[in-house]
Amino acid sequence: MTSYLPPAQRIWWKVPVGRQEIVWISIALVWCLIMFFMMPFWHVYGKQNLSNEAYKTTPAKFGEKVQAMIDEYTVRTETDQKIPVVAPPAGSDIYMLGRLWQWWPILELEKDKTYRLHISSMDWQHGLSIQPVNINMQVVPGYEMVLNITPDVAGEYGVVCNEYCGIGHHTMLGRIYVKE
Amino acid sequence: MANFRICPDTGLYFDRSAESLMKVNAVAAAVSLLVAGILALGVALTRWPAVHLLPADQFYMFLTAHGIDALIFWIIFFEIAILYFVSSTLLRSRLAAPRWAWLGFALMVIGAVTTNVSIFQGGSSVMMTSYVPMQAAPHFYLGLILFAVGALIGCFVFFGTLVVAKNEHTYEGSIPLVTFGGVTAAVIAVFTIASGAIILVPTFLWSIGYIAHIDPEMYRIIWWGMGHSSQQINVVAHVSVWYLVAGLTLGARPMSEKVSRFAFLLYILFLQLACAHHILVDPGVSAEWKIFNTSYAMYLAVLASMIHGLTVPGSMEVAQRKKGYTRGMFEWLRKAPWDNPAFSSTFISLVIFGFIGGITGVVMGTEQINLIIHNTIYVPAHFHATVAVGTTLTFMGLTYFLIPVLFRRQMILPTLAKWQPFLFGGSMTILILFMMGAGTLGVSRRHWDMDFAGAALSFEYSGMAYTMMGIAGIGAVVAVIAGGAYLLITVGSLLFGKKLDPSAGFLQSFGVPMSRGTYTAKHEVVPMAKAVEEHGSAGFEAPGTFVLAMLLLVSFVVYYFINWKYLSSVWPLS
Repeated sequence: MTSYLPPAQRIWWKVPVGRQEIVWISIALVWCLIMFFMMPFWHVYGKQNLSNEAYKTTPAKFGEKVQAMIDEYTVRTETDQKIPVVAPPAGSDIYMLGRLWQWWPILELEKDKTYRLHISSMDWQHGLSIQPVNINMQVVPGYEMVLNITPDVAGEYGVVCNEYCGIGHHTMLGRIYVKE
Repeated sequence: MANFRICPDTGLYFDRSAESLMKVNAVAAAVSLLVAGILALGVALTRWPAVHLLPADQFYMFLTAHGIDALIFWIIFFEIAILYFVSSTLLRSRLAAPRWAWLGFALMVIGAVTTNVSIFQGGSSVMMTSYVPMQAAPHFYLGLILFAVGALIGCFVFFGTLVVAKNEHTYEGSIPLVTFGGVTAAVIAVFTIASGAIILVPTFLWSIGYIAHIDPEMYRIIWWGMGHSSQQINVVAHVSVWYLVAGLTLGARPMSEKVSRFAFLLYILFLQLACAHHILVDPGVSAEWKIFNTSYAMYLAVLASMIHGLTVPGSMEVAQRKKGYTRGMFEWLRKAPWDNPAFSSTFISLVIFGFIGGITGVVMGTEQINLIIHNTIYVPAHFHATVAVGTTLTFMGLTYFLIPVLFRRQMILPTLAKWQPFLFGGSMTILILFMMGAGTLGVSRRHWDMDFAGAALSFEYSGMAYTMMGIAGIGAVVAVIAGGAYLLITVGSLLFGKKLDPSAGFLQSFGVPMSRGTYTAKHEVVPMAKAVEEHGSAGFEAPGTFVLAMLLLVSFVVYYFINWKYLSSVWPLS
C-alpha cells in the first residue's frame, strides 16, 4: 500500500503515531513558538521596529507639508536640478516624498538624533530603500507613514526606489546625509 | 459507462476523457514554460551587470511576462493536470463533467494568450503584481480573470470527480494521501481565486474607466490574498507529488497517514494568512495584525511543512530499509535510484525547498527582519528556491514519469534526462545563493540598472554586489539551458519517442514495484497490534532522515538568529 492508494488500515486515524514523528513534531512546535514570540519580544527589547502610525492623505496635502519644510530649512541646493538639501532640527517632523522619478528633497540629519520621518507618494507606489544600510519601506500613495528614525552612523546614503514605477524607475535616486 | 485504458506498466486506470485533458493541460504548461524560459534569459542577461542586454522598456516587459508565464500559467496548467490525475486516475473513476473541464481549459488558454498579447503589445509592463495606480491595458486583467475562471472550473471538476468516485464505489476506505493533498490544493485554490476575483474584477472595471479609484493599500492586501495563496497551492501540489513519486519510485508509503493528513489540514487552516508577508513594511497596518498573520498564527503552516520535511524522506528511508539498504545512517540514500530523473528531481527539490526556500521564507517573513529584505533581490532568490526548484523541478520529475505512462512514449535522450535534474537544481541553487547575497547588500529587485544611469544623484553598490549579480547571471543562464533540456526531452519524446506497445514494461527498468493487480487487490485487514508494530512506534524507523531533519533545524536556528543580529546593526527605528 502506498501514498497513492487508499490507506491500508481502513481506520487509519486510530493507528498510533511513531515516536520519531512525535519527537520531531514536538521539537518543531517549540521552534515555531520561539520564532513567534521573538517578534513581540523585539517590539519590547529590540531597537528596530515600525510604529503603527500612519495617516490617510492626498498628494496635494502631503506636498504642501513637504514644501513647508523645504521653505523653512533648506541650506543649499545640489545638481543642475537644484534639489534642495534640507536640514531640519533634531526631533522634528521631516518629510520625503516619492514621485516619478525622484525622492524629494535631500535630507541632512544629525547622527544619533531622532527624527519623525513622514513618507508618501505623489503618484504610483514606490519603495524607499536606504542604502547601504539596507532599510526598506513600501511607499503607497494616499498613505502617510511615520517612522521614528535615529541614524547612528555618519555618512552619505543613497535612497534607491525598489518598487517598480515605470520606465525611469532606475533613475529614481535620492540622498540622505548623516553628519557627525 | 466510462471508457478506461489500463496502463500495462503501472496498472493505473486512465479515463479516456481525463487522459486527453491531462495531456492538453500538460502540453499547455510546457508551452508556458518555454515562453517563460526564453524570457528568463532576457531578464538574467540584463541583470548580469557586465552584459546588461535589453533596453529598459523591454526588460520590464520581459520581466512582467516571465513572472506571469512561469508563476501562473506553467504551474497552474500543470496543477490542473495533476488534479485530474489524483482524482480520476488514482481513484479509478470517470471524470465528472468532461465538457465543463474542456470549457475550463479553453478559458485558461484564451486567458493566457490574451494576457501575453497585452504584455507584448507593450502597454502592460506592470509586473505580475500590477500594483495600482499603475495601470495596464484592460485585456491584461481580463486575460487573468478568464484564466482564473477556467482554473476554478477545473477545481470543481476535480471536486465533482471525488463525488462520482465516492458514489460509484471505485475505491474502498479513505481517499489516498496524494488525493487528499489534491483536495487541500483545490480548497486553497478556491479561496485564492475568490481573492483574485474580488480584486481583479474591480481593477479591470477601473482600467476601462467604470470605477474611479482603487485604494492601493487595499489592492495590495487582497491581491496578495491571491498572490501568496497561489504559491501555497504550489507548495501543497508539489508536496503531494513528492509523496506520489516516493510511492512510484520506491514503493514508499506514508509513515503515518494521520500525521501527513493532519499536516495538510494545517495548510488549509493557516496558509492563506501569508498575504501579510508582503505587507510587513506597509503603512496603515498594525504590528499585531502583521505578527499574527505573517506567522500563520504561530507558524502552524511552517510546522506543517516541517512535518512533511520529515515524513516524505522518512517514508523513502523506511521503504529502502525494507529492501535491505540498512547499513549505517545513509545507505538508503546512497542506494536510492539517482538514475531515475523522477526520483532525483523530487529529492533535490525537497532539499532545496526545505533548506533554502523554507528557511529564507520564514526569515524574511519575520515582521522586523523584513525591513532589511523587502523588495531586494533576496525576495526573488527566495521564491526561485520555492517555486523554481520546489515546484517546477518536482513537476519536471513527474513529467519524466508521465511520458511513458500517460503519453505512452519512450523517453528520448535518457542520459540527458538523468543529468537534467542535477543541472537545473545545481544552477538554480547558484542563482539563488548569489541573489540572496546581493539582496543582503541591498540590490533591488525589478530594477533595470544598478548603476542608476541617468539619475541626477549617484549611488554605488559595493564591488561584491556586482560580483554576486554576475555569478547569479551565470547560474541563471545554465538554469535556462537545463530548462531547455527538459523541454527538449519531453517535447522530443512526444514527437519522436518510440511508441510504447501495450505490453512494454518501461517502468520496471526503474525498479518501479507496481503491477497490474495493485489496484484490484482486496485490502487486507491489518490487526491493530500488527499496525503498531509495522509503524515501529517503539523506535526510530528512519534514523537517517532524523539526522537530516536535525541538520535542517540547526541551519534554520543559526540562519534565523544571524538575521536578527544583522537587523540589530541597522539604524534604530520605532
